[in-house]
Amino acid sequence: MTVKKSRKFSDATVFILPAVLLLALVFVGPLIWFFIQALASVGTPAEMLSYAWTIITSKAVVTALMTTNWISLMVTLLVLLISYPLACYLANNQGMRFTLVLFCIVVPYFTSIIVRTYSWMVLLGRNGIINQVLLYLGVINEPLALLYTKTGILIGMVYVLLPYMVLTLFATMKAIDPSLMRAARGLGASGFYAFTRIYFPLSVHGVVSGSLIVFILSIGFFITPALMGGPSDVMIAMLIERSVEIMFDWSGAAIMSLLLLFATLVLYGIYYRVTDVRRMMGA
Amino acid sequence: MTTTGPTRSLSAYVTVACLVLMLPIVIVIILAFGHQGYLKFPPESYSLRWFATFFGDPRWQRALWSSVLIASIACVIATVLGFFAAYAFVRGDMRAKKLLLSFMLLPIIIPHVITAIAMYFLSGPLKLVGNVVWIGLCHATVALPIVLLILLSSLQGVDVNLERAALSLGSSRFGVFTKVVIPLAFPGILSSALFAFLASFDELIISLFLAGVRSETLPVRIWNSLHLQVEPVIAAVSAFLIGVTGVVLLLDAFVRQARQARLASYSNVR
Amino acid sequence: MKGVASGQGKGAIELRQITKRYGKERVVDAVSTTIAPGEFFSLLGPSGSGKTTTLMMIAGFADVDEGQVLVDGTDIVDVPPQRRGFGMVFQNYAIFPHLNVFDNVAFPLRARKLPNDQIQERVQQALELVRLERFADRFSRQLSGGQQQRVAIARAIVFQPSVVLMDEPLGALDKNLRYQMQVEIKEIQQRLGMTVVYVTHDQEEAMNMSDRIAIMNNGRIEQVGRPTDIYENPASNFIARFLGEANLIEGTIEEVREDVAVLCTAGGLQLRARADGNVQPGARAHLFVRPERVTIVRARGGIAADPAINHATGRLAQTSFLGNILRHVVEIEPGIRVTVDVQNASGGLFRAVDETALLSWRAADSVILQR
Repeated sequence: MTVKKSRKFSDATVFILPAVLLLALVFVGPLIWFFIQALASVGTPAEMLSYAWTIITSKAVVTALMTTNWISLMVTLLVLLISYPLACYLANNQGMRFTLVLFCIVVPYFTSIIVRTYSWMVLLGRNGIINQVLLYLGVINEPLALLYTKTGILIGMVYVLLPYMVLTLFATMKAIDPSLMRAARGLGASGFYAFTRIYFPLSVHGVVSGSLIVFILSIGFFITPALMGGPSDVMIAMLIERSVEIMFDWSGAAIMSLLLLFATLVLYGIYYRVTDVRRMMGA
Repeated sequence: MTTTGPTRSLSAYVTVACLVLMLPIVIVIILAFGHQGYLKFPPESYSLRWFATFFGDPRWQRALWSSVLIASIACVIATVLGFFAAYAFVRGDMRAKKLLLSFMLLPIIIPHVITAIAMYFLSGPLKLVGNVVWIGLCHATVALPIVLLILLSSLQGVDVNLERAALSLGSSRFGVFTKVVIPLAFPGILSSALFAFLASFDELIISLFLAGVRSETLPVRIWNSLHLQVEPVIAAVSAFLIGVTGVVLLLDAFVRQARQARLASYSNVR
Repeated sequence: MKGVASGQGKGAIELRQITKRYGKERVVDAVSTTIAPGEFFSLLGPSGSGKTTTLMMIAGFADVDEGQVLVDGTDIVDVPPQRRGFGMVFQNYAIFPHLNVFDNVAFPLRARKLPNDQIQERVQQALELVRLERFADRFSRQLSGGQQQRVAIARAIVFQPSVVLMDEPLGALDKNLRYQMQVEIKEIQQRLGMTVVYVTHDQEEAMNMSDRIAIMNNGRIEQVGRPTDIYENPASNFIARFLGEANLIEGTIEEVREDVAVLCTAGGLQLRARADGNVQPGARAHLFVRPERVTIVRARGGIAADPAINHATGRLAQTSFLGNILRHVVEIEPGIRVTVDVQNASGGLFRAVDETALLSWRAADSVILQR
């Protein structure tokens, strides 16, 4: 009896190679090279470890990590609270209303982050439009400090990350069979009861994966906090950028990057477990 | 019905949320047409002055040109490689498909600051800083996941039996691509190319490190300006970028419409 | 119609021990059979029996892990599907949605770079054959299921393949249309003289169309033969049940004389049936008889002691009306029920439940099955 090797029709797998090659050479390669080179320049492994310890326990890094964590948690929570009703509305409406709301979410989503940040700077500045309007209306007597504060960062980041959550939640909610809610109502449940016992549990999956993706993106966020935060509001990604741009401290940047990378990959690992990656970003 | 109360307040909430979502976009566009040199709202008079400045300034011109060039390179590379990779995912039988896919999506997951610094670290010694082809390649890694996500769903819509039929009817592997797969996935391919272009065109962090002075892109110039002193022309440049997004979204909608119309025409004659 | 006629005398297929594994599971397990040129050969089996995988291995869309596929004496295992030259018809038709009917049918001819005038002529002939000549510029979405299937057939035969493979081609059609298409496909096959390998899970369809049927189960061929042979002489309980209704009465073999065996049920009832040489006294076995071969009469005393006839008395447990058939279920012993089908002719039987009924059937109509 002859034993044959696999071939032919199923060999479509080879078509993946060019893309893998691109990622290996331009993405993974540089990352590995950077970490090896930047860390090797510190000295022996023992020296490297003690240096890494110094960096990680330094006041700047500890503060930045705490800021990053706090801001990311707040952003995730706020984004979730704001997005849930929006996604609910999208999932239960068709036609013109649906298109209009989707339009209002998708247009900012695909607008450059730098443009979105800039427009919030214009809105929130000391002489910005919001302060002008509030002063004019007499709600306040002197301008509020919105820009260059944590509030500014939160507003900016929530705005940028909101669409990810809405689209993820929408995908989950769209899959909920509307007849389930009707059945619950038919069985005598109040609207609130049906929502908490049927609708919300069925949408929890979207809540978890949406929150994870927003949190993952938050902890590595750079542009918005760099432009909208105050001098004390330094997130870890900003610290990494500064140590390269201003202090030329490649080793320090590498150690902080490893820390951030590790956290990102662990969270992404959880995301990978709980969700179908093909549905990422509500694709 | 007791649903009217909650439904009405949900509608009100959604209306307010949509207004807030669109507010920053609308404000920027209005400001871009303001005549004043400072950010006053509403502007006292309107003109195209800042657009004239934007299109008249050779430095902005160079930035625009760099952006277009880099985005085009990234778009072509990401779309072509992404198409073949998506095909491999849909048709190939490989182990750990999901794991491999989640690896290929990493460029949009890993913080861009880290990726950008690593690319920059390598670019210095290799004298690649400011090289548009290199920046295009780097952007292509970030655009690739977007192409993949779009084309995966698009190619899943192509029935495998159509490809088998073409093969059984004597078509070559190449013929299966040109005569069956590409025509049927064409709307998806166009969409993914559009969004790949946009992803690169709007990318800031990688460009910030790799562009140098030679190849500053539009987002990099905006960033520099926001950091130093906000020039009024930024509003016009931002409005221009919003315009590009608008065009991409319109074209995408058009591609989808055309596809719908084509499907309808298949079934409407007689 | 000789323009579309296939090469006569070609298209012999031989499968030698072909095996397909997915992981450890053998979805097709050492399947061997020979198919003659011009034969209509069906692979029949329940879903998961390996019939479609077998067809895909012949077509070249699934790799053959072990074994050989010979066409006219040549092993084609290493030939890519596009060079095997088989016509193929799929369950979901696989009509190219972006091409009209004409371009779909012309596809294999263009792939073979035929001159345009020949393409015109051949497509025209193929469309006439399936009676679709007026639909040449329509798209698949504008056609009914039956019309789409005709396009698929025209496309599969237009390049005169000596072998056409069909994978449940009528599975998506409704019952009436399915019967009509069976007749049409059979006619085209006979007219063109091509070999057809036909996969289906519908036993009526297989019996209606096939010269021979191979019944597959768990990746193996359980039995090959002409439809009547398999129906009358199933090789196993599985086949007996799979091809229509079957009574399988369990018991122990009491004696075997020449090719007749006596089976004794738990209740001591003795029944005779045909048996092959492997049947040994003392073995557990089933007696098989088709419901329409059993006759039912009102119980009356005095049973004629004819050894060629089996008799049993029982209580009528259930009756059902199936239109052309009246179905009676008679319990002849606790746990042994015999189904009897009676044609719904005028004056057909339809008895009251719990009445005593006498059953009889010819020993020659029943077979001893040991699997």
